[in-house]
Amino acid sequence: MNVSLFIPCLVDQFFPSVGINLVKILRKVGVSVDYPREQTCCGQPAFNSGYHEEATQLARRFLEVFGDAETIVSPSGSCTSMVKVFYPEILQDVGLRKSLQAVTDRTHEFSDFLVNVMGIKDLGATFPHRVTYHDACHLFRELGVHRAPRELIRHVRGIELVEMENSDACCGFGGTFSVKFPEISTAMTQDKSAAILKTEAEYVVANDSSCLMQIGGYLSRQGFPIKPLHLADLLGENL
Amino acid sequence: MNRSPSQFKILASENVADQRLRNTFQSATGHALGQRAQSVQLVPEWEDLRERAHRIKEETVEHLDFYLEKLEASVIRRGGRVFWARDASEASNYVVNLCRRLQAPTVVKSKSMAAEEIGLADALESGGVEPVETDLGEFIIQVAGETPSHIIAPALHMTRQQIGKLFHEKFGIPYTDVPAELCAFARQRLRREFLSARLGISGVNFAAADTGTIVIVENEGNARLCTSLPRVHLAIMGLEKVIPRFADLPLFLKLLARSSTGQRQTSYVSMISGPRREQEWDGPEEFHLILLDNGRSDILADPRMRRSLYCIRCGACLNTCPIYQRVGGHSYGSVYSGPIGSVLTPLFQGLEVAKDLPYASSLCGSCSNICPVKIDLHHQLLWLREKLVSRRATPWQERLAMSLFAAGMKDPTLYRMGSALLRLLLKVSGRGNRPFAVPGWSPTRDFPALAETSFKQWWEDNRPGGEG
Repeated sequence: MNVSLFIPCLVDQFFPSVGINLVKILRKVGVSVDYPREQTCCGQPAFNSGYHEEATQLARRFLEVFGDAETIVSPSGSCTSMVKVFYPEILQDVGLRKSLQAVTDRTHEFSDFLVNVMGIKDLGATFPHRVTYHDACHLFRELGVHRAPRELIRHVRGIELVEMENSDACCGFGGTFSVKFPEISTAMTQDKSAAILKTEAEYVVANDSSCLMQIGGYLSRQGFPIKPLHLADLLGENL
Repeated sequence: MNRSPSQFKILASENVADQRLRNTFQSATGHALGQRAQSVQLVPEWEDLRERAHRIKEETVEHLDFYLEKLEASVIRRGGRVFWARDASEASNYVVNLCRRLQAPTVVKSKSMAAEEIGLADALESGGVEPVETDLGEFIIQVAGETPSHIIAPALHMTRQQIGKLFHEKFGIPYTDVPAELCAFARQRLRREFLSARLGISGVNFAAADTGTIVIVENEGNARLCTSLPRVHLAIMGLEKVIPRFADLPLFLKLLARSSTGQRQTSYVSMISGPRREQEWDGPEEFHLILLDNGRSDILADPRMRRSLYCIRCGACLNTCPIYQRVGGHSYGSVYSGPIGSVLTPLFQGLEVAKDLPYASSLCGSCSNICPVKIDLHHQLLWLREKLVSRRATPWQERLAMSLFAAGMKDPTLYRMGSALLRLLLKVSGRGNRPFAVPGWSPTRDFPALAETSFKQWWEDNRPGGEG
């Protein structure tokens, strides 16, 4: 199988290890990995703020860049849902319908891809630590993915997964919401962090770098030792 | 207390800092959500019910003119009168004129969001009529001179201690914070009003077009009294409260009670089909139904926003909303708060007045997930944001930033060069990749450092084939 990586701009610029580890994981399960070099951003920041014209231009670009891809895999539930859920809302032209359908059908969030497309739950990773898992909103509610990441975590050697209270409650990020309404956003993270700390886990794991940036940013500011960790980093670093 | 939706930012940041208020809202909404979850668990076909209700609402709203005229005909056939109110003042004037004809110095009122929406109580007072709120929560906030902070529980923002103090100060009764005692006092006081009022005003939860039956759900019995004791009963409903058939009712009652209070059924369900008929012993002599538009036709005209008219006002989206939970209902500056308020208020009062509301969401989607009639609430917020942008109602700095963003992202060479140039500049300036201070972000959270090497660069350096 040939997989084309769809690396969100946030990962590209701030958290490249997530992409590097995803490459490692995908190669380990025997798929050939390609990275279409012309890719930039899926357009979600513009779309979520109401700039649909700008978002539509980037969505069209995405279809051009990934039009020939056999399978598209991304380490982000949020960016994946932009493609699968929201592209059909903004790209209404009849002429694009076919290529749009093809691209949305072939795009997968990476844990969903591993477990539900490849049928792989055990990657052979070892990580003897206590972790808790945060359900990112888009991954959980737009894409309905919550079992796959837990399956992958449970099959890691030596790991202990402790569920937090309200694991599907929003972390407070919400894109520009986090800076437009910093007080509300921080209050949400504060409560999320309290739920995380209660588990006494060493790591909080999620499949979206944006949530981890929000949660991690708050935890480190407060001086809590618990570390944010992307599932791709957890799996890839410890193969 | 007059608040405007234009003040959301200020009100919300004040309220989120009020730890007592936050605790009140978080514990009340948490409790309601728990009750709801328990009662929904008992209905294995819940998802199918939501889907069915969505379809029925879709059918109704797509043919709203047809069902409303059918409702009107049915109500008239039963001896009722129907008044189509284009806006708040038409509706209020109708009620005030009715009071004049009846020579009613006071009216008893049960809970109605439509009445709140048009400010009926104020209009009555200006018309020389004293409106008496008979729902306990509404009674409390009327005494306090407040506005509702929740669609279902208007006095949610108040503690029982505050209510005890309020009753003590306003009515001179000995202070108590025992809910049963406070309730007994209100009950006794209101009983007099029920017996003397000539007009009872109620809201409407559902109106069946085929039978002309209006349905009111409640737990206190005050709506039953309002609609049966006074000589005249007037009910007011937003246009969207019509349902096609009486037979659809069980479905909606099931969804509404469980979603709002987690009850299998509310204590009272009143079904009213017209005034007292000749062979009947009791009930009002006249029945009036106000069909309130007040901006709803405009919503109907917009296919993308139309789904907001499916709302049955259960309040579940408020309870589950992480923003509502932390800022409370009053922050929204409108009678409709929470996610549905953030959708409806800009549509009712104008986008420019309420331009922060569509952005008052992290787009987490739990509102859409819980909605018993499956309104895609958080997507509706996205369409409202788009409307604001297309009207150029967003800050110019943001518009500029977005065009720059799009220009950079559209051109992979520009993106690549920009990314490399930024890193070079950071290096030569000696700043390195220490994190930037981001306005709005950095006061409470650390911002991550820019990676020394982007993923793109890593791929360039390590491709093709072999391990990186």
